[in-house]
Amino acid sequence: MNQAGTMQRTETMLLNVGPSHPSTHGVLRVLVELDGELILSADPDIGYLHRGIEKMCEYRTYHKCLPLMNRVDYLAGEVNNFGFCLAVEKLLGVEVPKRAQYIRVLIVELTRIASHLFWLGTHGHDLGAMTPLFYAFRERETIMDLCEMASGARMFPLYFRIGGLAADLPEGFIPAAWQFAKSFDKNWKDYDTLLTQNIIWKGRTMGVGALSAADALDWGWSGPMARGSGVDWDLRRDNPYSSYEEFEFEVPLGNSQGDTYSRYLVRMAEMLQSNRIIKQALEKIAKTEPGDIKCADPRVSLPPKEMVYSDIASLINHFKLIQEGITPPAGEVYQAIEAPKGEMGFYIVSDGGPQPLRVKVRTPSFVVLGSLDKLCRGRLLSDMIAMIGTMDIVLADVDR
Amino acid sequence: MNKAVALLQEKFPEEVVEVVEFRGDTAIEVKPDRLVSICAALKDGHDTGFKYLSMIAGMDYSPASPRFGVVYNLYSHKHHDRITLKTRLADDLAPVIDSVAKVWSTANWHEREIYDMMGIRFNGHPDLRRILMPADWAGYPQRKDYPLRGQ
Repeated sequence: MNQAGTMQRTETMLLNVGPSHPSTHGVLRVLVELDGELILSADPDIGYLHRGIEKMCEYRTYHKCLPLMNRVDYLAGEVNNFGFCLAVEKLLGVEVPKRAQYIRVLIVELTRIASHLFWLGTHGHDLGAMTPLFYAFRERETIMDLCEMASGARMFPLYFRIGGLAADLPEGFIPAAWQFAKSFDKNWKDYDTLLTQNIIWKGRTMGVGALSAADALDWGWSGPMARGSGVDWDLRRDNPYSSYEEFEFEVPLGNSQGDTYSRYLVRMAEMLQSNRIIKQALEKIAKTEPGDIKCADPRVSLPPKEMVYSDIASLINHFKLIQEGITPPAGEVYQAIEAPKGEMGFYIVSDGGPQPLRVKVRTPSFVVLGSLDKLCRGRLLSDMIAMIGTMDIVLADVDR
Repeated sequence: MNKAVALLQEKFPEEVVEVVEFRGDTAIEVKPDRLVSICAALKDGHDTGFKYLSMIAGMDYSPASPRFGVVYNLYSHKHHDRITLKTRLADDLAPVIDSVAKVWSTANWHEREIYDMMGIRFNGHPDLRRILMPADWAGYPQRKDYPLRGQ
């Protein structure tokens, strides 16, 4: 009843956010039911970037799946290939040489920094901090250049192969990578000074989107999202792959409050840890034999060219691998890796043929976006922008 | 023996169909009827503690029969252990299984995706509707008989 004593009609408002809006990090549409500025429910409408990557894999040889995988999480292209290659190698039961393992770790950790830098820039930008973007993209650009040096491409390097790498690192790469690693800790301080003690930043992020450790696991959170809630879990440390057990690094947990600020602290600290791993990888690569980048298993790797010209078995092997492709034995594997955004898993089922029977890509972005409604209820609309940012989602990673 | 296998063979001996160890992965096939109780037992069991559902994958094993299956991947932070739980659905024409969304909240979206892509229905799901494809889409794109370039 209003002052005049008449019944006033009240109703909630349905607001359509997206699908094309700078703060939605791709093409995400969210249907928000509002009571004033308070969110009653938020229903993400996804699928705008659905390309059917899982379906397409069923019609291709294993190697032809790799360009598709690059495009799952396009901000960390090579990480997806890393997981897929590891899964197929597990299916085949082969292991790649140490040099290839270290180079993979090096590239993947560089990509992790690039992905976190993109998150930092855009997340800050969403919440009104324009400057971090320019600093973050400065270092991201250097990483893109390194990727281009190694493979010829910036966003989608397509540098890893099943059984190893496409080629060894080019001349000049190692010094350039060292230069990046040595200057990164200092450059990192530039972002840290801009945001970590910034009162506006703290006001926008502290207490926003908080979730307990138990709820985080219930909602399938992994990676930095779970660690921000105090879940002490990192697949690189707890289920090591590709020689991660030989590297020394810490698993940062933020302030364990489970809020947006805690996740900010986690990702910031992770960049420094990645840089530690990069330095160790560079040292380890220097101790290995140049050119030793492919496993010798004839089911996976092409024989040396001179053998193809001189030996009939090698010629047949070469012909079969090119014409037919890799044929893993019938069976199924699940391989999970610690991608920049959380657990990225590949469930591959083989019937023994040259094409996979089923490839299921478990992406971290799809899973965390599923909890948007849970986080947003009862919060302000402006907090939703902070939550989409802190989730570090990429819609290509959500939709596949 | 894997703790999850031991738990299931003790509590649900009738339900376990097959246990396969391959490349270090443990896959347990169970009958679909008591799946929710099995999942709850694996989640809350002291020796298992699979508090985290990593993913659910819908499977179309066509032309084999039973044609459809659902695969769950669980992770235990207590033991840093992982298992794959598999089921085959009896009905090839209208595949259906109970939802595990009450056991793990994250199952909600995974099951919606499987319904959308494979046409497998989940009994007791709080909000079973398409997720990736438009709401008025006909057909289930990830079934084996659905052409690669659409109908």
